[in-house]
Amino acid sequence: MTQSQTQTKPQAAGADGLTRLSDAQLAARVAQDIPDGSYVNLGIGKPTHVAGYVPEGREVIYHSENGIIGVGPTPPEGEEDLELIDASKRYVTAAPGAAYFDHPDSFAMMRGGHIDIAVLGAYQVAESGDIANWATLDEKFPPAVGGAMDLVAGVKTILVMMRHVNKDGSPKLLERCTYPLTGLGVVSRVYTDLAVLDVTPEGFRLVELTPGNDLEAVQALTGAKILT
Amino acid sequence: MDKRVGDLATAVAPITDGASIMIGGFGSSGIPFGLIDALLEQGASGLTVISNNAGAGETGIAKLLKAGRVARVVCSYPRSPGSIWFEKRYEAGEIDLEVVPQGTLAERIRAAGAGIGGFLTPTGYGTRLAEGKETREIEGRGYVMEMPLAADFALVRAEAGDRWGNLSFHATARNFNPVMAMAADHAIAEVRQVATGALDPESVVTPGIFVDCVVEYGARP
Repeated sequence: MTQSQTQTKPQAAGADGLTRLSDAQLAARVAQDIPDGSYVNLGIGKPTHVAGYVPEGREVIYHSENGIIGVGPTPPEGEEDLELIDASKRYVTAAPGAAYFDHPDSFAMMRGGHIDIAVLGAYQVAESGDIANWATLDEKFPPAVGGAMDLVAGVKTILVMMRHVNKDGSPKLLERCTYPLTGLGVVSRVYTDLAVLDVTPEGFRLVELTPGNDLEAVQALTGAKILT
Repeated sequence: MDKRVGDLATAVAPITDGASIMIGGFGSSGIPFGLIDALLEQGASGLTVISNNAGAGETGIAKLLKAGRVARVVCSYPRSPGSIWFEKRYEAGEIDLEVVPQGTLAERIRAAGAGIGGFLTPTGYGTRLAEGKETREIEGRGYVMEMPLAADFALVRAEAGDRWGNLSFHATARNFNPVMAMAADHAIAEVRQVATGALDPESVVTPGIFVDCVVEYGARP
């Protein structure tokens, strides 16, 4: 059984009066929008949890950039194959119907428009659909891009799941990104703990608020206009 | 024709100071750990390492970095949990780093192996990683010109090999290994098992024409 039925109830309102989804609830919310029969790439980190919440009855095929399509569940302890991992470097299994391939083929799937959906985390998303998720402005850290730029360049639909604001309260949804860009005009929809927003030619458009929140309070935490 | 050699030291003997070396693997999977250890013993330095990652912990590429053998790294993702030796060398300004998007890295290597003089990719268009590169608009979409990436040597890891250099792979250990074998002047394959006869042609992933040397190293990470 999936966990989506039990964990979608939002947490109680915080001190600021806003209701926030937990990471698990956010993953479950994104999973509702993954259609049956999709080929999906889940970004490293929190997006990998989406797979656990896809509603029963849907067959979704997961691609991992390191050379497997048809990623199956984590193997039981002691049964790991040390050479069967996903892009997050976790041990995985091959689901029925899986295939292995090398890097040029893997990135042909991504860049060539064969993958339907990618779910990614982000530092910032702009109202134009620009995304920044590979480098900050802190020059102390060596840059590391991985497959992020290839994914956003080629996958048909880019979904972003992230917190609505940074730890210091500053907005992550902006008119323009201030961090180095991963791709321009590529994001379709953003899922945050506070709301779901579509990226449209006019800017961010509200799809839904996490139940209990009002638009004015969410707009106050957003660095770009939310259209309704 | 017999491309087999008896031990790892013989396999890496041709590598010289200042060589450029492609090293297969992604995360902990498909890394030629035996060849890297042999290269460390052999002592070549001032190396350019082309690989997806820049090692983690005290194993693989991290050992070469720790020993100060690496002058330059070309990779997509140098910073991963436990990549302490890369970070130390980078912070000390001791290595030159070129970060390349992963798919562009694979395709640049493939281009070198396939005789392609460069290609246009949408990856990275409009970003910092396209700065200074030629760009072109095709049917309303922006593309970046990327150049082939070749190397003097490739160190690859495969599941099985035969005396003709044919290779087969296991699970996700394939990753960059086949394409790196194509793009290097001298490709050295560490295989878990050398076949007594020939590999089944239907199971060959990397045809032996791309491989110069095969050595058995049975251990898995």
